[in-house]
Amino acid sequence: MGTGPGAFGGVNGPSIIFQFDNVPLFGTIYITETLVIGWIIVAALSALVLWLTHGMKRIPTKKQVIAEMLVTTVNNMVRDNMGPRFVKGYAPYIATLFSFSIVGSLVSLLGLRSMTADVNATLAWGLICFVMITYSKFKYGGGLKGYIKGFAEPLPVMFPMNVLSEFVTPISMGFRHFGNIAGGMVITGLIYWALANLSHALHLYFTVGEFSLGVLQVGIPAVLSVYFDLFSGFMQAFIFSMLTMANVGNCIPDDKR
Amino acid sequence: MNFTNELGFFQSIVLAGSAMGAGLAMIAGIGPGIGEGYAVGKACEAIARQPESQGDVTRTMFIGCAVAETTGIYSFVVALILLFGNPFIGQITG
Repeated sequence: MGTGPGAFGGVNGPSIIFQFDNVPLFGTIYITETLVIGWIIVAALSALVLWLTHGMKRIPTKKQVIAEMLVTTVNNMVRDNMGPRFVKGYAPYIATLFSFSIVGSLVSLLGLRSMTADVNATLAWGLICFVMITYSKFKYGGGLKGYIKGFAEPLPVMFPMNVLSEFVTPISMGFRHFGNIAGGMVITGLIYWALANLSHALHLYFTVGEFSLGVLQVGIPAVLSVYFDLFSGFMQAFIFSMLTMANVGNCIPDDKR
Repeated sequence: MNFTNELGFFQSIVLAGSAMGAGLAMIAGIGPGIGEGYAVGKACEAIARQPESQGDVTRTMFIGCAVAETTGIYSFVVALILLFGNPFIGQITG
C-alpha cells in the first residue's frame, strides 16, 4: 500500500514513541504518544494545583480564591447529582476526570495530539465508571443477590437486555468522548489539507526550504477550531463527568444520599 | 498501487467498497441531527416560558443531546474503522 490511511489530512493514530519487548505476562508494551502526553498533563496539572494551594491563608489571596471557587463548583455539582454524603468521596475523582479530560482535549491547541482522540484513554475512564457503578450496586443494592436481582427488573424477561445495557454503558461513554474529539481532529485535518491544496492550485503559497504554507491556511481553520476543539472539548469533558455522576448516582437509593 | 496483477485489483475493489461503506455509515448522522434539533427546540420553548430556569434546562438539554448523539458517534466510529483500519483488506487470499 503506497498510499497509507494517513495520506489525507495527516490523520493518524497515536504514534509509538518506544516499546519494551518481551515483558513477562504482557508481551510487548507500547509507550504511545497518548501515554506520554498524559504524563505531561498529569505533571502540569499537579504543578498547577500545588501552586494554587501553596501557602493558604485565612484571608484568601487571589490564587486561593480561584482554587476555592473551582473546588466549590465541583462540590456543588456532585451534591446536586449524587447527594451531600458523596461529596467527600466522589468530588476529587470528578474534578480529576474533568480537568484531565479538558486539558487532554485542549492540548491540541498547543500543536500536540489530543490525548482523548485515542479510544484507549476514554475507554479506560469508561471502565473506571463501570467499576464504580458495579461497586455501588453491590454496596447499596444488597450484595450479590441484590445485584443479580436488579437485572430482572422490571420484568425477568428483560434480563439479557439489562445485562447488555450494563456493558454498553462504559463503551458508549468512551466512544462518545473519543468520537467527538477524533471527529473534530479528522475534520480539522481534512480542512487543512483541502486549503493547502486550494492554495497550491491558486499559486498562493510561500515555500521556505522543505516547509510550505498556503495563504488560505492562515486564519480560516481557526474559526472552525473554536467549535471543534474549544467547544467540543469543554462540552465532552462536562458531559463525561456528568454522565459518570448520573450513572453512579442512579445506583444509590434516595434515602442513602 | 499495482493494478496489473490480480491481488492489486481485488485490493482496490475492497478499498472502494470500504470507502463507500464509510459514506453510507454516516447516513446515520440524520437521526441525531433530527433528535438534537427537536430537543433544542423544546428547550427553547421551555426557556421562553420560564426564563429563570435557563441554567437547569440548558444543562439537561446538553446531557440529552450527548446521549442522543451516541448513535451518530457509533456510525462515525464504524466509518473511521472502515477508512483507516481497513478490516477487510486482510481477507483477500492470494
